[in-house]
Amino acid sequence: MELEVKVNGEQWMLNVAPADVLLDVLREHVGTKSTKIGCERGDCGSCTILMDGRTVRSCLVLAVEAEGHEIVTVEGISYEGLSELQNLFLRINAFQCGFCAPGIVLSATELLEHNPNPTRHDVQEALAGNLCRCTGYEPIIEAVLAAGRPESGPGQGETP
Amino acid sequence: MIAKEFEYRRPATLGEATHLLADHPGSVRVLAGGTDLVAWLRDDAVAPDLVVDIKDIPELRDIRLDGQTLHVGSLVTFTDLIESDLVHDHAPLLVEMAETVASPGIRNRATMVGNICSAVPSCDAGPVLLAYNTTVHVTGPNGSRSIDINDWFTGLRETARTEDEVVTHLAIEVPKHGGVYVKLMRYAGEDLAQAAVGIVVYPNLDYRVAFGALAPTPIRSTAIEAELQGKELDDALINRVVEMVPDEISPITDMRATAEYRTHITGVMLRRGLVAAVERLEGKGPEYGTRLI
Ligand code: FES
Ligand code: FES
Repeated sequence: MELEVKVNGEQWMLNVAPADVLLDVLREHVGTKSTKIGCERGDCGSCTILMDGRTVRSCLVLAVEAEGHEIVTVEGISYEGLSELQNLFLRINAFQCGFCAPGIVLSATELLEHNPNPTRHDVQEALAGNLCRCTGYEPIIEAVLAAGRPESGPGQGETP
Repeated sequence: MIAKEFEYRRPATLGEATHLLADHPGSVRVLAGGTDLVAWLRDDAVAPDLVVDIKDIPELRDIRLDGQTLHVGSLVTFTDLIESDLVHDHAPLLVEMAETVASPGIRNRATMVGNICSAVPSCDAGPVLLAYNTTVHVTGPNGSRSIDINDWFTGLRETARTEDEVVTHLAIEVPKHGGVYVKLMRYAGEDLAQAAVGIVVYPNLDYRVAFGALAPTPIRSTAIEAELQGKELDDALINRVVEMVPDEISPITDMRATAEYRTHITGVMLRRGLVAAVERLEGKGPEYGTRLI
């Protein structure tokens, strides 16, 4: 089947089968390898992408369902340099192996978009479905909270 | 990867959808949010020849209030419920329930109707919709019919919907009421319910009590409701209905919890839930969304 979809601002025409899962098509056909294959059943969040601005688990979406929608992966929010949030993750050392990072960055991006000054509880809730096996979450939460705080500088909570 | 090949159609009208369903008896699946269906396809738990995606049928997206009846279309996601002012104002219990469903990435996609169509024992919408007066509206090739929520869950992952029918919407009665959804999870955040209690109480002290994850389907306890009927809550009454819990549920032991623990904790949840629901009816009590366990 023909699939027309916008990924990170570029229009793609892809040839996919109905049984192809969006996660695999993004990685194999489009080449956005930031989107990670984890549990493939919706539990870990490593395959998180933004679809029309909202996080979805790309392992639970058929590629054909993306027809006409706009997809953003971590590559897409980093074209013009790292976002404020990404810089904070770096500064606070919020990742170790980094496998969870793309999903967490996108989940936090969605949170800050809807709630520019989240509480710790809000951050925990927003990231509850993104598993991290390395950090113990504390530095991640700290980085997202810092991005939400006004004193963290201009641009916090804005999407690029 | 999904091993089984299938055909995919995305009709723009309900009529087209029901005809597609009717033409493929025994091997067709309806796709809405896909958070269950895609996982089941991957697991080979289902292997349809045709998947009918209903997301292009605009009238299934409605959330609307008609007098004291809230209509929730079959494409309304849990996030839509959480973000709807109408739902906040008239059925905050739906918001309280929706906020406990998995994670934002799932809630952005999963629909409340899909949740009761998948009909797993722990489905969060089940106990809450059972506690309300809810009617499920379906349309098939021969027209529409409505199904009382009490007749909806017919078995493990089974419902009263026939294969050629599409659920169009739910009609939920929302006169003045207090409600509560108490869900036991292993940790705050994403998890399935180990036990869940949904309660609605009306000003005339008509109580509705339903349970999730405690039987093969979500269930109502008409025995507990009858005991409570018309009475003000007091300790003796609460103790009486808590004692009835073991006879009303049939929990299993699995990796999440033992049957004994589930039974015990359900009593605790019922006790706290009843108090909160009545307080909320009176405009007091813990805000909706407050965790009681
Ligand atoms: S790979 Fe999609 S949620 Fe784990
Ligand atoms: S940094 Fe390794 S999984 Fe999160």
